[in-house]
Amino acid sequence: MSDHDIALTVNGRRMTSRAEARTTLVDFLRDNLNLTGTHVGCEHGVCGACSVIMDGRPVRSCLIYAVMADGAEITTVEGLEGSDGALSPLQDAFWETHAMQCGYCTPGMLIAATALLARNPDPTEHEIRDAIGGNLCRCTGYVQIVEAVQIAARAMREAG
Amino acid sequence: MDDATGYVPREFKYVSHKRRVKEDRRFITGRGRYAADVRLPGMKHVAMVSSPYPCAWIKGVDASAALALPGVHYVLTGEELFAHTNPLLAGVDVPGVKRTPLAYRKARYAGEWVAAVCADSRALAEDAAELVEVEYEPLPFVIDPEESLKPDAPRVHEDHDSNVFFHRKWVWGDVEGDFARAARELSFRARWSRCSTVPIETFVAVADWDAGQEVMQIWASIQMPKYPEQIARALRIPANAVNVHYDIDVGGSYGQKRGIRQTIVAGYLSRRLGCPVRFIEDRLENMSGGDAHGPDRIFDMQVAFDDDGTIRSLRIRATDDCGCYPGRAPLQLGKPVGAIVGPYRIGSAEYEAISVSTNKTSQEAVRGFGQSPTNFAIETAVDKVARALGMDREEIRRRNLIGADEFPWKIPSGSEYDSGDYLAVLDKVKAASNYKVLVARRDALRAEGKLAGIGLSTCLEPSGGNSSFEPLFNPKNDTTTWMESVQIRVDMTGAVTAMINTSSSGQGHQTLVSLVVGEELGRDPDSIRVIHSESLAALPSNSPVGSRMAIMMGGAATGAAKKIRDRVMEIAAHNFQLPVERLVYAGGNVSVDGDPSRTLTWEQIVDTAHRKYHDMPLGAEPGLQSIYTWEVPTGGALPNADGTCQMYPCYSFEAHIPLVSVDPETGRIEILEYYIGHDCGTVISPDIVRGMTFGGIAHGIGAAMYEKFEFDPESGQHLTGSFMDYLMPSAHEVPDVTMVKHFTPSPLTPMGQKGSGESGYLGGPAALASAVNDALEPLGLEITTLPMRVRDMEALLAARTK
Amino acid sequence: MKAAAFDYIRADTVEEACRLLAEGEGEARIIAGGQTLVPLMAMRLARPELLVDINRIASLKGVTADGETLVIGAGTRQADVLADAEVAARAPLLAEALSHVGHEQTRNRGTVGGSLANADPTAEIGLVARTLDAEIVARSSGGERRIPAAAFFESAMVTTLAPEELLIALRLPVWTAPRTGHGFHELGIRHGDFAIAAAAAQLTLDSNGRCIRIHVGVGGASPCPVRLTAVEDALAGSPLDDAAIARATEDISDMLDPESDIHAGAEQRQRTARAMARRAIADARDRAQAGAA
Repeated sequence: MSDHDIALTVNGRRMTSRAEARTTLVDFLRDNLNLTGTHVGCEHGVCGACSVIMDGRPVRSCLIYAVMADGAEITTVEGLEGSDGALSPLQDAFWETHAMQCGYCTPGMLIAATALLARNPDPTEHEIRDAIGGNLCRCTGYVQIVEAVQIAARAMREAG
Repeated sequence: MDDATGYVPREFKYVSHKRRVKEDRRFITGRGRYAADVRLPGMKHVAMVSSPYPCAWIKGVDASAALALPGVHYVLTGEELFAHTNPLLAGVDVPGVKRTPLAYRKARYAGEWVAAVCADSRALAEDAAELVEVEYEPLPFVIDPEESLKPDAPRVHEDHDSNVFFHRKWVWGDVEGDFARAARELSFRARWSRCSTVPIETFVAVADWDAGQEVMQIWASIQMPKYPEQIARALRIPANAVNVHYDIDVGGSYGQKRGIRQTIVAGYLSRRLGCPVRFIEDRLENMSGGDAHGPDRIFDMQVAFDDDGTIRSLRIRATDDCGCYPGRAPLQLGKPVGAIVGPYRIGSAEYEAISVSTNKTSQEAVRGFGQSPTNFAIETAVDKVARALGMDREEIRRRNLIGADEFPWKIPSGSEYDSGDYLAVLDKVKAASNYKVLVARRDALRAEGKLAGIGLSTCLEPSGGNSSFEPLFNPKNDTTTWMESVQIRVDMTGAVTAMINTSSSGQGHQTLVSLVVGEELGRDPDSIRVIHSESLAALPSNSPVGSRMAIMMGGAATGAAKKIRDRVMEIAAHNFQLPVERLVYAGGNVSVDGDPSRTLTWEQIVDTAHRKYHDMPLGAEPGLQSIYTWEVPTGGALPNADGTCQMYPCYSFEAHIPLVSVDPETGRIEILEYYIGHDCGTVISPDIVRGMTFGGIAHGIGAAMYEKFEFDPESGQHLTGSFMDYLMPSAHEVPDVTMVKHFTPSPLTPMGQKGSGESGYLGGPAALASAVNDALEPLGLEITTLPMRVRDMEALLAARTK
Repeated sequence: MKAAAFDYIRADTVEEACRLLAEGEGEARIIAGGQTLVPLMAMRLARPELLVDINRIASLKGVTADGETLVIGAGTRQADVLADAEVAARAPLLAEALSHVGHEQTRNRGTVGGSLANADPTAEIGLVARTLDAEIVARSSGGERRIPAAAFFESAMVTTLAPEELLIALRLPVWTAPRTGHGFHELGIRHGDFAIAAAAAQLTLDSNGRCIRIHVGVGGASPCPVRLTAVEDALAGSPLDDAAIARATEDISDMLDPESDIHAGAEQRQRTARAMARRAIADARDRAQAGAA
């Protein structure tokens, strides 16, 4: 029924497109803005594969209609690298520990962990598991993901 | 003839060393390319109309209201699709059973796809799917597999003479005599419930019929042997008119992503409508109508043993609820033939395998292909024997495990185990667990009034995929070839590109091949590009099933690299005018033995191969490239009449020790500590093997404690069609895991490698059941049904206190 | 899993939202966090004609004090309530309950009002509201009313809120007496799952350690959250030793009316509710004692 012009700031860039009210944020990012790094897993808010950071907080983008996010600032996995193309410490740590296999849940995991480290530079293992507890991974058993977050946290603290 | 087979001990420069995994960089930057990321101009989208009935005649389909919606292009019925395509192949010979992508005349489970709607968007296709009116005539149905075996049960397939897809009993060795001679025997029933691997990515197929080239281009999240051929056969086009893009990243599979039906629908519609068609299963389609379900098994077990703990013989009857259609699922009863007595010195075995159909979603392949349920049943038997004898669970294993000096060891069902040192692995994991402290922690918890238990399982992972279960289960199928290929091309700059011939769903094949080729050629693996072919350019492959790629793709990569090396040596020998035996190969350069001043560099030799035919040996093939296709070691033989056969070539081993607590009031199980000792021979990539094993343990935790596809016996409805109902473990439920490695090389593979793709999963559920039963033992309680959900545990505990 | 088509309007004020609800004649629905509604719409189990988005109405957000009552705006995100210092200090029962609600990402969107209005029998916020006898403030074009929690929940997923009413705030009484403690226990299958059963308790001890005030509530084991007044009566004046708690809660199954589903059986929910209630009361007692020390 109603169509809407929607403007988002995604990874620092203002982007606009028009979509039906029923278009979820993840579909809008993928289909309208061609940002396919964010993945669709369950479409009913359980698996966390579609996690993005919206106005500073990690959220499930399958549970938000894009029109509701109009004007919001969004960070997706495509926005985690530095402006020079350097990997973020967390991305680098994910690579170092091989915190993934198929890579499908990885963008959501990185988003959840990025948000964690932004507010808690020295998380305990329990806090790490809590932060990624809403993101399902079927490949890794989470062990190397937890290791990666620990390594990244240390690296970020040491770098100040 | 050069042959990849045959392990020669050596020092590795790249293999077995910690190195970053090649594939990861694209995944951490959001640059993976999955099938759902494929976008083609004019692409249309599919949604399915599903049967609300577990069994019903389809009397008619009225699509007029759906087609009246603007943007809706087609409604494909089962009737139309049946008329223009061939039914799917079945793994066993079941006369009268036809499997079609859309139900043809009869729907046989709730959620079965009945019609496919094609529209401008997926949302629109769903709008239209709601408007498709299907007239059904509901029929009696059967949900319980044992009910289904009864003669008067409703028939799932009216043209088949029973609900049985497969039934055979094998007796290997003197089972009757061993049972008669044994001092004691016990029997019990164990239940493995319907669960699967449920990847986070659903199945996705994009089909684009190129009418100019007359080729069906396919991008799909596929993990399936002989996929292009099956699609071509179904669509009635030549196999060389199907081109599958294997470079698509697959978002997890672990056996599950079979996708034949989905691809046929997309492919048929693309050709019919003249536009690209994409079908992305949504989670509801995936869980009820797709390939989501796995083994669902009742084990009736009998064990014969002596007072000293010697286990003499096993009788196993496995009744497997296959669901509606046979596919490859019945064969999941077949792979365990190759490890039917586990890692034990058991002298005889009887195995009765029954695959029965019910009005449920069809079972598909799952990690381990039936071995994990079987391992659970065997390990439960071993624990029960120990308990019956008042013997420690470790002690009974020590008495029965095959010794390191006894390999190769032939089991009663005919498979020969290649190598192993089971006791060493057991010792290592015990040491890692600090076992005495672990026992003290358990006992301290018990002293506080809690239930606590330590588990132990010692299990095999048959690997390599010599899939003798195919001819064993279907005499009409005389397949004994299970090859894998790698092509290597060295371009005129000296850069090395290897080509593999299947898709990857997280196994890290690019890393695997770059390490192996780098090792064999002495070139830095980071400099080696590994590409996935398209199927029309592909060499023979049997896809990454059966925990086979470290062995088969690794072996083929060794073979192809050795050919390159041999060519390099020949060119150098010609230029030095010396026999090859006088030359030394190092890092791509070739020197005269004992005279390093006389060296031809890699670049010089490559340049010669590509540009200087005048410096090439007479009649030599120009350029520098090789193809190697390797038959699975120990493959190539049909099963014997008594069912004995070599099932898989290589046998990895794992020993698990978890510590759990059980809340005596609520029944909730918590895993407090988890240790695994693991031996898959030479490890090619340590990071990958670690990840596979941890992930397998997590799958095992799901199967043991949470995951079950459940059907209402009254209504026949599937009750677990979403992630709200089918519960998978999160980072809260999976503990930190300590893993210790042991390395017993396989004599059958070039680097001594064995498979590890199913590790963790094959012993995890058994170990957790063992731990929970240890926790329950002081109460005199026992559980032999998986999953041990909170509700099941609570009911067990409550029944006692009543 | 795409929602059926709908219209969307963003309301900028409470008045506008109320007007749109009234005009929607039952076909309009409020969307705030959407953490429950959006999945239902994705499965087409809910198909409103019009969604009225109240996420940008500032007056619906925030925690304020009104004397001995905490007023929590209906549109306040669960994560914000969980992080709120005033809530932690003055309504720690709510804070603890919130840590069991979903996951960080759902709490970042989910609102207090959304959870109340959705009235899932297992929901933690409703359980706390019921246990502490909170009031729920609703407004329509016709005016504002305060609904006691006991009268708010009608049955599973059903409240007494009229279709044209907008939920404005939760008014949570603060217990200021010394030697007050709280306890919250919940059994989920996995962390963050809907509860099989949950229990909340808040109590005050006198200087001799006897219970002078106690509220106990149970969720997940009845169509609505239930206050266990019989348990409260039995424990009033008690020193709250474990045996007394066990005795008082022995027969709580009679006060509960749970459903069976694939996650839990009815009897299991009853038994689990009893275990949770015992633990919650014991925790509350221990905290009250610790506060006294």
